[in-house]
Amino acid sequence: MTLLRVENLSRSFGGIKAIDDLSLTIRPGPIHSIIGPNGAGKTTLFNLISGIYKPGGGRIVLEDADITGHAIWRLAELGLARTFQNLQIFFNMSAIENVMVGMHLKSDSRFITSLFRTPGIVKGDQDKREEAIRLLEFVDLGDYLDADTDSMPYGALKRLEIARALATQPRIIMLDEPAAGLNPAETVAIDGLIQKISENGITVILVEHDMRLVMGVSEHIFVLEGGRMLAEGTVADIRNNPDVVAAYLGESGRDR
Amino acid sequence: MSPLNMPGRNGLLALIATIMVLPLMLPNAFYFDIVILIGLNSIVCIGLNLLIGYAGQISLGHAGFFGIGAYFSAILTSTYGWPATAAMVVGAVVVGLLSFIIARPIMKLQGHYLAMGTLGLGVIITIVLTQESDLTGGPDGMPVPGFSIFGWEPYGETVWYWIIAAVLVATVWLSLNLIASPVGRALRAVHGSEIAAETLGVNVVKYKVLVFVLSAIIASLAGSLFAHYTGFITPDTSGFIHSIQLVTMVVLGGMASTFGAVAGAAILTILPQLLTVFHDYEHLVFGAVLIGTMIFMRRGLVPTLADLFNGRQK
Amino acid sequence: MSADFLQFLFSGITVGATYALVGLGFSIIYNASHVINFAQGEFVMLGGMATVFFYGAGLPMPLAMAMAVAMTIFIGMALEKFAVEPAKGASIVTLIIITIGASIFLRGLAEVLWGRNFHSLPPISGSDPINIGGALVLPQSLWVVGGTIVIVITLAWFFNRTMTGKAMVASASNPLAARLVGINLKFILLLSFALSAMLGSIAGILIAPISLAYPGVGIMLGLKGFCAAILGGMGNPMGAVLAGLIVGISEALTAGYISSAYKDAVAFIIILAVLFLRPNGLFSTGGTERV
Ligand SMILES: Nc1ncnc2c1ncn2[C@@H]1O[C@H](COP(=O)(O)OP(=O)(O)O)[C@@H](O)[C@H]1O
Ligand SMILES: [Mg+2]
Repeated sequence: MTLLRVENLSRSFGGIKAIDDLSLTIRPGPIHSIIGPNGAGKTTLFNLISGIYKPGGGRIVLEDADITGHAIWRLAELGLARTFQNLQIFFNMSAIENVMVGMHLKSDSRFITSLFRTPGIVKGDQDKREEAIRLLEFVDLGDYLDADTDSMPYGALKRLEIARALATQPRIIMLDEPAAGLNPAETVAIDGLIQKISENGITVILVEHDMRLVMGVSEHIFVLEGGRMLAEGTVADIRNNPDVVAAYLGESGRDR
Repeated sequence: MSPLNMPGRNGLLALIATIMVLPLMLPNAFYFDIVILIGLNSIVCIGLNLLIGYAGQISLGHAGFFGIGAYFSAILTSTYGWPATAAMVVGAVVVGLLSFIIARPIMKLQGHYLAMGTLGLGVIITIVLTQESDLTGGPDGMPVPGFSIFGWEPYGETVWYWIIAAVLVATVWLSLNLIASPVGRALRAVHGSEIAAETLGVNVVKYKVLVFVLSAIIASLAGSLFAHYTGFITPDTSGFIHSIQLVTMVVLGGMASTFGAVAGAAILTILPQLLTVFHDYEHLVFGAVLIGTMIFMRRGLVPTLADLFNGRQK
Repeated sequence: MSADFLQFLFSGITVGATYALVGLGFSIIYNASHVINFAQGEFVMLGGMATVFFYGAGLPMPLAMAMAVAMTIFIGMALEKFAVEPAKGASIVTLIIITIGASIFLRGLAEVLWGRNFHSLPPISGSDPINIGGALVLPQSLWVVGGTIVIVITLAWFFNRTMTGKAMVASASNPLAARLVGINLKFILLLSFALSAMLGSIAGILIAPISLAYPGVGIMLGLKGFCAAILGGMGNPMGAVLAGLIVGISEALTAGYISSAYKDAVAFIIILAVLFLRPNGLFSTGGTERV
């Protein structure tokens, strides 16, 4: 069974092939990880899947529906959520408001009812607030409900982005380096959080450099290099793959 | 769920109290006139603040919409004998359509390109109003008959004071409501990060377009009221300088603060009156005050003061 | 080519050259600081007004011009030092308001120093029109165009051949790297304002005999120069020059063949059309935000 399929995807930036004829399949359920050196194209792949970049070629298929070139915001409707390597927090809003934006699609978002603050709007906001509190507690940010985001620590902001993405009630969540910049204790906490998310039935696609984290949580690993698939398989497959070992240890004797 | 449980309630009550007390302290019509102008500017700035302060999209051409509203009211009532309210509504509808058509391409622009695009739009509107002199009276302007609503013709500064006060309170109320709603959060999200907002399901273009249209319509309605109140308008009402004044009010009072917009409008309406004592030095001092305030209170008056106040409380 | 067309073309090139110089000024400051200097038009005004004043005070014309340029450069540097530098890191909108404040201030300064009246400046070399292919061209137009050509060539040489010029270009494209190799960014910023002020004042001096000098003369000129800078792709100086000429010529042709009433609208109609088709300017390659 496949949930998401990437077929022969390509995208280049001024001559550099960031993603080069890449195909992969994501099954519903397990945690999939994408690893690879800096510049391998991991973030670009996320940007292509989430519609931020238009592909130069290829298709993206979500459960048999071709979503290539869909408007970004429609993908949220279809159950695709993500976080960002470069934090994209709404710094002009409190933590809980950030999460409530994630519930936009389930809210009454008409101008007219909003302007007059109808009872429906008031009730909706109360419910959304309660749900947001639950989500913030889920990512262990219960102490930061109405905190100013620009005074929150980096690690908390990373988890806030996750809570915000979860607020869209996604089927797939793409996490771009959630542990980057975190201390060991915070990394362990993220590890646990990722597993909790997965246990809630959400398919996680993880981009991460922390190999201990990746090897610990992933069921399936893709290794990208130069926009192409270097290898894929289970943790054991990847550990024993000579190409991967060579790439990661920087061996030069490998034939190309 | 009483209406008293709304966001920004205390500020709104304070505003209403001020409006109630103010007439007792205004010695003569001259002062009433200034306060009425403050009210009109506040109304435009509250709308503009939704666009600039909350959604983060600058407009250097909003006086254009103000001007269109003003001229529609003037021309339809004086030349064609329409009732003032009908003229005002038609002006607002035309501005709504115009801004809707133009918003899609304009709202695709970012930063300085957006500044240029909106500025250009405003300048073109002014040039049209200046050149179509058969209709508009050209650069010298045109007179506007008094306002009338259901046969009642408000006249004199005190009556106008209460009319503008009512419209202002309504605008503040609507703005506070909007900002605290899902739409308001979506608008602020657009300001915070367009890409993140979009991945969360916010149709960014739609919200930018709608807030642009809303702020344009508010400007148009205020323009109509202004035209009837002053009884005479010139193309300057739509001009670049006026657009700049409006943006300056928003920024000076404090972006992303409804009451900041009111404060900014009040200060920048009063300041030139005070500066007339400087005679020839008026512009010099005005420019210096503007530069100084923006350097030392970058986030604007109300947010800076609010921070000071909260800081002391902690 | 008909004499009419030539006539319009020449007058278009003349004003276009002024827009080009103003646009250049916008571009140079933008490159150094990412600030849009809305006071750019005031440099033009100051150049013309100050020359009128110094000349009227009895100085010989070349000296009056030199003094006016020097004075405007000084004001430009003061503007950077006292208004732009202290606002470092402020938002785009805040910076726009600050430079607009500066332009109001400078207009106020001119009113205080020289009054609100219109002044004329005698042309540099007489006012007998020269016949070129049936079109009558004022000698002053040749001065404007010639002056612009000299300035553009000198600037191109400055940016490509001198250490300081190269440092300015380098710090525009990558401020961090520039600082690492020891380029003094503060100095670059100051220099950019000095250069832009110089360009503006020279434009003002050259155009004054044609357009008159008065405190408000810089407003429209500044806006159209801004058009040129944006049309050329913000921060692309040669694009700004080309765009300035395009705007000037289109304006003159519109005035000649279509309607002089809408002459001033041409620049803005062009810019809107271009921005709608190419949201990042005519000559820019455009980029995407990295997330
Ligand atoms: N918006 C962009 N503009 C230009 N080049 C880009 C852009 N996004 C990615 N790239 C290039 O694509 C390649 C892959 O980058 P990226 O996907 O960020 O790698 P990773 O996330 O694996 O570190 C790099 O060479 C990068 O410079
Ligand atoms: Mg990356």
